Order: sequence, then C-alpha cells, then structure tokens
Amino acid sequence: MRKELSRRDFLRASGALVVSFSAASFVEPSAAAQGPFDTHASHVDPLKLDSWLAVASDGTVTAYTGKCDLGQGMYTVQTQLVAEELCVAFDRVKLIQCDTSITPDQGTTSGSQSTPTNFNARNLAQAAATAREALIAMAAEQLGVPMDQLTPADGAISAKGGAHISYGDLIGGKQFNLPVDPAAKRRSPNEWTVLGKPIPSTDRVALMTGTFEFVHNVHVPGMVHGRVVRPPQIGATVAHVDESSVQHITGVIKVVVRKNFVGVVAEKQWQAAKAATALKVTWNPGDGLPAQDGFYDDYIRKQPSSDFLLVDSKDVDATLKSASHVLKATYLYPYQAHGSIGSSCAVADVQADRATIWSPTQSVYPTQHGISALTGLPLESVRVIFVRGSGCYGLNAADTVSYDAALLSQAVQKPVRVQLTRQDEFLSENYGSACAIEEKAGLDASGAIAAWDCTSWSVSLGGRPGYERPGNVITGMLAGFDPETVAPRAAVEPRGELRNGSNAVPSYLAGCVGGECGGGGSIRSERVLMRSVASPLFTGPLRSPLRLQNTFAHECFMDEISAHVKADPVAYRLRHLSDPRIIAVVKAAAQKANWVARPSPERSRARAGVLTGRGIACVAYEGENGYAAAVAEVDVDRATGRVQPTRFVVALDCGPISNPDGLRNQIEGGILQGTSRALGEEITWNDRQVTSIDWRSYHTLPLGIELPIVESVLIDRPDARATGAGETAITLAAAAIGNAIFDATGARIRQAPFTLQRVKAALAAKA
Amino acid sequence: MAISLKVNGSDRTVDVDPETPLLYVLSDELQLRGPKFGCGLAQCGACTVIIQGRAVRSCVMPVGAVREREVTTLEGVGTPEKPHAIQQAFIDEGAAQCGFCLSGVILTAKALLDENPKASDAQIRQALSNVLCRCFTHTRMIRAIKRYRESRA
Repeated sequence: MRKELSRRDFLRASGALVVSFSAASFVEPSAAAQGPFDTHASHVDPLKLDSWLAVASDGTVTAYTGKCDLGQGMYTVQTQLVAEELCVAFDRVKLIQCDTSITPDQGTTSGSQSTPTNFNARNLAQAAATAREALIAMAAEQLGVPMDQLTPADGAISAKGGAHISYGDLIGGKQFNLPVDPAAKRRSPNEWTVLGKPIPSTDRVALMTGTFEFVHNVHVPGMVHGRVVRPPQIGATVAHVDESSVQHITGVIKVVVRKNFVGVVAEKQWQAAKAATALKVTWNPGDGLPAQDGFYDDYIRKQPSSDFLLVDSKDVDATLKSASHVLKATYLYPYQAHGSIGSSCAVADVQADRATIWSPTQSVYPTQHGISALTGLPLESVRVIFVRGSGCYGLNAADTVSYDAALLSQAVQKPVRVQLTRQDEFLSENYGSACAIEEKAGLDASGAIAAWDCTSWSVSLGGRPGYERPGNVITGMLAGFDPETVAPRAAVEPRGELRNGSNAVPSYLAGCVGGECGGGGSIRSERVLMRSVASPLFTGPLRSPLRLQNTFAHECFMDEISAHVKADPVAYRLRHLSDPRIIAVVKAAAQKANWVARPSPERSRARAGVLTGRGIACVAYEGENGYAAAVAEVDVDRATGRVQPTRFVVALDCGPISNPDGLRNQIEGGILQGTSRALGEEITWNDRQVTSIDWRSYHTLPLGIELPIVESVLIDRPDARATGAGETAITLAAAAIGNAIFDATGARIRQAPFTLQRVKAALAAKA
Repeated sequence: MAISLKVNGSDRTVDVDPETPLLYVLSDELQLRGPKFGCGLAQCGACTVIIQGRAVRSCVMPVGAVREREVTTLEGVGTPEKPHAIQQAFIDEGAAQCGFCLSGVILTAKALLDENPKASDAQIRQALSNVLCRCFTHTRMIRAIKRYRESRA
C-alpha cells in the first residue's frame, strides 16, 4: 500500500536527523511553500548540492535524480556513479528517482541523454564529486590534518597517521549548504572500483521473484478503477453518451465525459471493464484517413512541408551533372508502435485542492504541467511520482494514461487506477514516424562518391507534451487541447554548427556549415533536406526516432553504391569516413565478424534454397552521442521469403563504460528489437482507424524464435565524454539486415519491414 | 459472491463476480505483483500463473472456473531470500530489462521443464512461441532457461 512520503520522510527513514527542513509535508500544501525541498519544483535547485545528495547519521547516502530507470538500468548505474564519486559502498547508496516534490527537474528520461546529462561534469556526477571534496575539507578541519594527506574510502576519511572519521560523523543528517562546484575533481576512470564494473542490476532478484513494484501494482487507500472509451475512428467526436446503458452493471460509480474524452469508473476493475464495453456512445464520424496503399507517394510527398536544410554546399546539382554516374534510390519506413508489453497504467488521486499521480511517465515534471492544465489545479498542488511501468522505448501511452487517471479521479474525487486495454494502448500511442527518404549520389571517375543529396520526409502530429502541450497525446486532445501540427515553411540557409540530431546527414558527408565541418566523412559536395509533413496519426519519439529510419536509408544506399562500383562494403565505407571513432567501430565489428573483403552480392553459396549473406552498417548516433557498427549474417529462404538472422556482431563506443553488463544487455536487446522492427512491425489502418490493435495484427518476434548469436565488442574510452548507449544498436539492425539480404540474394529491399511478401517480390523481380 | 481460492499455499476468500478474470483477483484483491496485465487477450503471457502444473493465462480465465485447484504465481515459486532454481538461473544470467514479461517467460518454461526435464531446444522454442518480451532480452532468457534445464540434468 502506497502512502505519500516527503523528502523529509525519506531522510528520516534512512536515519538522518533532519533539522533544517520545513515542518510542512506535501499533504499540507498551505504551509508547504516555506520548505526548501518538500513541495515546489523550483525549490529543488539543481545548482545546490543538497538537491542531489543527503548523508544520514549512519553514513548511508540518499541521492536524488531526475533520470529514472525504465528497465534500461539507470537506477543501478546512477547508484554506481554516486558510490564511486563519493567513495562509499554501492549498497550504502539509495536512489530516489523522478518525483516532482523531491528530485531535481531533469526534464524527460529519453533520447539517450541520461548518461550524457548525469555522468559528465555536471548534475549528479558533479554533485557527488563536490560532496566528496566537501567531506575531505570537513575532515581536515576536524582531524587537524592537511587535505592532501586525507583519503576517502568506504564512507570514511582516513589520514596517513591512522586518524579516521566517518561521513556520518562529519555531516550525518545535516545539509551541506553548498553549491555544486563545477571545478570539483571527478575521480579518474583509472581509479574506479564501482563504476565501470559489471554490477548486477539492483532490481534483478525482485523482478525474478515477482516482488518488484510496478505502477500496475500501486494500491492507495480507497482506490477505485477506471477504463477509457476511445473514439472508434480517428477524429470522431462525441455526439451522445447514454449513461443508462451501464446502469445495470454493479459497482459503476460514474460515466465521465470531458469534451471527447469518455471513461467509466467502478468499484472493481472487472466492473469498469464491463462498463467500458457496454457503454453506448454515439460518435460523429471523423474525416477518414488517407489510403495506406500509396501513402508514401500519394500522401506524404504531396503535403505542404516544413523544410529544414541541414547542410548545403551549393554545388550539388553541378557535381551530379558532371558525375560519371548517378545513383538514386528511395527508402520507405512505416509507422511503428512502441508496443509495450504491459498496456499502460497509472493511479491518480485528485482532490479539490491537490493531486498526486503515480505514473510510469518518462517526464514527471512536464506531466505535472499537463495534469495542472487538465485539472485546473495550480502547478504546485500537483505531484507526479514516477513508478516504473513496462518498458516504453519512447512515448508510449504512459503520459496519456496519467491524464486519463487524473481526469477520472477528478470526476469522482477518489483515487482512480486506470488500466488501458491492449487495443486502447495501440490506439493511444504516438507512433514512430513513417518516412520516405530519397537518396542520390554522384560518382567520380575513380569510383569515389563526389556528391550526396538526401531528402528525408517524415510525418508529425503531436509528440511529447512537454511543459505546454497536453494536446500532443490523445487524452489531452480529446479533452480539448490542441496538438502541435506541422506549420509549412521554406528552408533557410544552414547556420551555426551542423545539427545532426536525427542522423539525416549520412556519416560519409563532411557536414560543413559556416566553414566548420562537423560530419564524419569526406564528401564535400553535400545537401541534406528534412521535410516534415502533417501526419494523420499521432506521432512521437520511438527508440532512435528518425535516426533509425535515416540510417536505414543511408547505410543501405551506401551499400548500393559499393555494389555498383564492385567494392567491398567495409573498405568502401572506410574510404569515405574521416571520424576516427566511426572508423574504429567499423574496423572492430568487421574484425570480430571475420569479415572477408569482397564486393556484394555473392551468389555462389546457395544450399537447399537457402542463401546466406552478410551486411554491415554504422552510425555516429546523433552525430556524436555514441558510435556503433553492426555486422549481420542472415539466411534467406528463396521459396518462402523468410529472413533468418543467424549472427550479429556489434561494436560500440560510448566513451567510458559505466557498466559493461548493462551495456551488453542494451546492445543485445537493441539489436533484436531492431530485428523485429525490420522484419515484421508495421502499423496498418483502413479508411477510418488503425487496424493493428493486438499481437495478432501487429507482428513482434516472440521468445520462441531461432535466435541469432549476438556478440558485442565494447570499446572503452576512459578519457572521452560519456555518451548514451541505449539507442545505437537498434539504429543499425534494419540496414545491416537489408544489406545482408542483398549480399545473399542480389535483391535490394528498400521498404521496411522485410515481410515474406516483400522479400519474395524482390527475389522475383531480381529473377 | 464469495469464492474460495488456494493461492501460493494459502486459502483465500474473495467476494467477486465469478466471471472476473483470475488476474484481476490476484492483482487487485490479493495484491500479488507477479502476474501482470499485458494484453488481456492471452496473446503475450505477462499474466501467466501455474495451475496443476500447467502455465495458464490468468487474464482470460474466470475466477469461478479455478475451483479447488492450487494457483501458483511468480512470487509463489520462490522468494527473494530463497529463489527457485529457475529464478536463480534468471538472476545469474541477468535475464531481464524492464522485467514486466517475466511471469510468462519463467512460468511457461518452468511448466515445460517440470513436465519434461529433458525438453529439447526446439520444444523450448515451441513452448515460448506465444510468449513475448518487448525489451527483447531473448538471448539471456533462453540462456537462463537452458541453464535451469542443465542444472536438473
């Protein structure tokens, strides 16, 4: 059973004697404003050391972070970070994650930004380093020993002569009252004893024994159950709700209608489920959807677009005109779902003057703003507490179900738990964007690429709500808030530095903007245009958003060019790369995979109708947020079109490695999730509504498949900046598999996913 | 109506509509955390429990149909202090990311290997052909299942 704990309660529970916190707890909002920690976001000042860390009198450490564990291991690795910088034992550190009342506002846990944000010289890492130095200074004073003769270890500070004082005795239960010192010295990776080690994730035993608390397991006193009734068609609006249609169902408390948002609340979950099914709602039809068949040509590329020119050397047309040969290809990528295995769930307790939401959101602070807008409650009266849901991989229905719970709870003035159904989840998502990516390259007489021209089309509607846009997810929109839409605009001249956050710029381009070249390669005649058009379906970030789609196109096209000039795909890539870190991962992956230099395709190895091939792909994620290369080996069954990856080798460089076991887990999961997306996942729709609404109609690879071997090569760079690592491997899967299919068969498949039909069609076209 | 159940070795009585899916009774009335709502359609496995040695999807089984049969959930198989050998194999292999799917993966494999300790790799694949993990921790999970199989050989 959950009860609300304030930051003060956490410190008390950890044995700290807290003398300077406000007496007010969150449940007494009137008195709360005085408290430095208890209630208001702005009071958790990230520039203050005490916002990040507290040491209890028994020496245990509580750390506060705005980056949460979504299943990617951030709890464990942030605990390692604090233990390492503070020189305390790993199991003496407790982490409090993402609670608008008690943790610093670190925005959203997303975009492979948790490690760059908290492991480099700022925020959590810097706070822990500041605390260590402060403790050494305090010990110097107390022991009468110069600081340079003191050594911190295992939660205490020792002098050379044997004098010794524990952190608990130095600061236990008291605040540091210091700013985070940007000059505090970080511990060198050479000295690491906790960070950098393959420490098992702390949740492991609880997960395996079924005792871990997910948001689905949150129970609060007096809690009742809600379900939602989503429109049967995109854009449908409520004409009439017949409340009498559920009157016969025992336990129904209320039918809730808020503009086009409809839900029911009942005493028990089963009653709510039955009522949601039975409720008669008359809907005004929506405008309908464009046909899925021909969506890329007849819809996407005919819409007015918002254009963003990333790089333009101005000579591309001329270079292409004088090129000895020009290659062109268009790559297509579908809408895909996050498809979390657990349909989203949240619990809200909205009362007349305050609200508490237990939410699986990646964005507690933005969600606090959204709930404030939806309920009309002042921001400081809304508290959002992160409780882990099932893996989200981006903007699944976690935010929208938090809104659902808040609206239903406000209507009944009781705590309400909302469980979305599988169909709700598929219909409530912000899907990963469909893309059409047009590639063009001109070759010089030596067979090198002289010019590269890329136009990357994507679709957009809504997205992360952020602090101001609750309408960016379906519940906010249904309740009357507008989603963000695409405003057509012409491209302007690229300025400042190269912005390659979406990997629209292939790694092989020099990426020159304003005289500075920020790309990973040597091609100087270059033009990359991103065009965003209105989406008929909600969209939002899905693990490696646009980066995956763009990399699929670039890396397959690079393979097409190497095949055209009959070059080895690895050697041809290296010929056009200049960034030493991409070069290093390409070489490492090729070496580990025993890559034999030769052009693709190789058609000599047919056996019993099954062809085998290998393919490579590489990326500098977001230009500089991690480097990876993957080699895929596949079997292709000529008769059925079945593609069976047999082996992946992934080389990855994310700077200093914080936890090699966690990193391998991300690589293994990422490459297989990428395989599932490459081979089967695709949102489908008819003229009115999305039709991929369960695991029969949306095709994911189950556990019972023949698994490829996944080998990881970890490249540790202790002196580099720490980068993200959760989205790099997945970015490469579709491209590496597509290239391996070509190597095996000579057939190039330019549309994902590589379904049996598409593979067979490509093979037939080849023959 | 009052329904008596035997769950994880304890006798429990709940007052619910007998049509209520067993999952809702386990998670709401008994506040168990092992079985979870994944799809409500028996398509993913997250709600799996063991009844009479079989892996059963509790999201589509009416509680009234359980009767005297013993229900075992993931937390009934072993405890954090004393995990069952298959749970220990998953712990040792670090075979999870978010961990939401584990009831389906562990209990489906356990039911298979308890019935057929020498199940082949193909039989394991067959048993898991309708079990999903969307973090795709497949490699480690299959390794853990085989580790458990080998530990009993």
